[in-house]
Amino acid sequence: MVPEGLYYTKAHEWVKVEGDRGQIGITDFAQSQLGDIVFAELPQVGRSLRQMEPFGVVESVKAVSDLYCPLTGDVLEVNSSLESHPEQINADPYGGGWIIAVKIADPNELKNLMTADEYRAFLAAEDH
Amino acid sequence: MSAATGSVKRTPLFETHRQLGARMIPFGGWEMPVQYAGILEEHRAVRERAGLFDISHMGEIEIGGVGALEAVQRLTSNDASRLSVGEVQYSVLTTPEGTFVDDITVYKFADDRYWLTVNAANIEKDVAWVRDHVGSVVEVRNLSDDIALLAIQGPRAREILQKLTSVELSKLQYYFFIEGDVAGIRSCISRTGYTGEDGFEIYIPPQYANALWNTLLEAGAPAGLQPCGLGARDTLRLEAKMALYGQDIDDRHTVLEADLGWIVKLEKGAFIGREALARQKAEGIKRKLVGFEMLGRGIARPHYAIAKEGNRIGEVTSGGPAPSLEKNIGLGYVAVQYAAIGTEFDIVIRDQPVTARVVRTPFYKRQRYS
Repeated sequence: MVPEGLYYTKAHEWVKVEGDRGQIGITDFAQSQLGDIVFAELPQVGRSLRQMEPFGVVESVKAVSDLYCPLTGDVLEVNSSLESHPEQINADPYGGGWIIAVKIADPNELKNLMTADEYRAFLAAEDH
Repeated sequence: MSAATGSVKRTPLFETHRQLGARMIPFGGWEMPVQYAGILEEHRAVRERAGLFDISHMGEIEIGGVGALEAVQRLTSNDASRLSVGEVQYSVLTTPEGTFVDDITVYKFADDRYWLTVNAANIEKDVAWVRDHVGSVVEVRNLSDDIALLAIQGPRAREILQKLTSVELSKLQYYFFIEGDVAGIRSCISRTGYTGEDGFEIYIPPQYANALWNTLLEAGAPAGLQPCGLGARDTLRLEAKMALYGQDIDDRHTVLEADLGWIVKLEKGAFIGREALARQKAEGIKRKLVGFEMLGRGIARPHYAIAKEGNRIGEVTSGGPAPSLEKNIGLGYVAVQYAAIGTEFDIVIRDQPVTARVVRTPFYKRQRYS
């Protein structure tokens, strides 16, 4: 499941752009690979992140996985409900399982990300 | 049990696992299912109903002949002379230093015939070790390629298995085994496991592994039996504080340091490692494997440092969520002065200290009904 209109990283994060706000999460592929997510470590609101800087961690029963910020910007909001209910990332990775939102510093950085079509092709290539 | 494909081995159930949608991972030289429906769901199935595991990767070594008991006694730290025919014993193949070649279960089939069930990753090492340390009067056979092993575990395991066998399972006590038919297949049924639940491990010829697996799943479906992978096996065994070779126990830690003094029988007579263990028991151990639960937010993982006021006092060997307890738990070696129940220390997670407390183990203990 790769929704149209989002931008994707090779590390399997997505970003949804609305004006200068970018809402960020991990893809359905990522959550499915990780399995049951049992822990999320989130950044402070206001923290400045560079493109592809690690900003947090999700952990499944067996694995620890870093999260990378698709775009440079300051953290506007974090989905703090994930601290008690990280399983929302499994259940609804593009909706209730969103992780942070940033104030986009440079829209030109979007060209470093993949479109839905490109991400689908990337997944298909990774599968082989 | 093995069928080699390149260097990675597969059990006879490999294709069956794939058809069930299992995710396969490398484990100890084997390609094994880590999960089917999901680790948490499988974990709960075993605690509440029943789960079926393919553990055919494990090894079996037979020691036979008039000197068999003497050989087993020399190789292991527990006292195999206490076994009756049909009984199983948890034990250790010990090094001269009192550390682990492997942790094993010993099966007594007859006065002159014993089996050792050993960890998959250690089969070749164990066979070589056993051959090097027994006299020529005993016969050592590696049966690992000729045996498949399924485990059915959970509170409903007995009623499910009973449908398929005339062996009266209610009369088979925990840590005993019996030879009998299951679904028409000649089996060795052992009331043992690695989950902290009641259950059975069934040794069969590999050509019948798929038939038995499918028959069990079908017979157990009404009771909620689910296929379970190594992921759930690991969370289940950790809650029950059953040690995992290569993580919690190895050839660098002694049996006493691993808090397994109950399977060190110094009074039984000579065995490999006895002098070292007797000396250590007299002098006292300096580090000990303890169980802890996280008080702060965070999950301990193998190799994370354990610290007290900024000083390293030990290392995590196993850690993760305990789904049945809704806590995060772990095992680790700490200097003995920090091993008492209730002691607090820090687990260093991504350079941050997170508080944990030493607790009584096992973390999880099943309800036992008479």
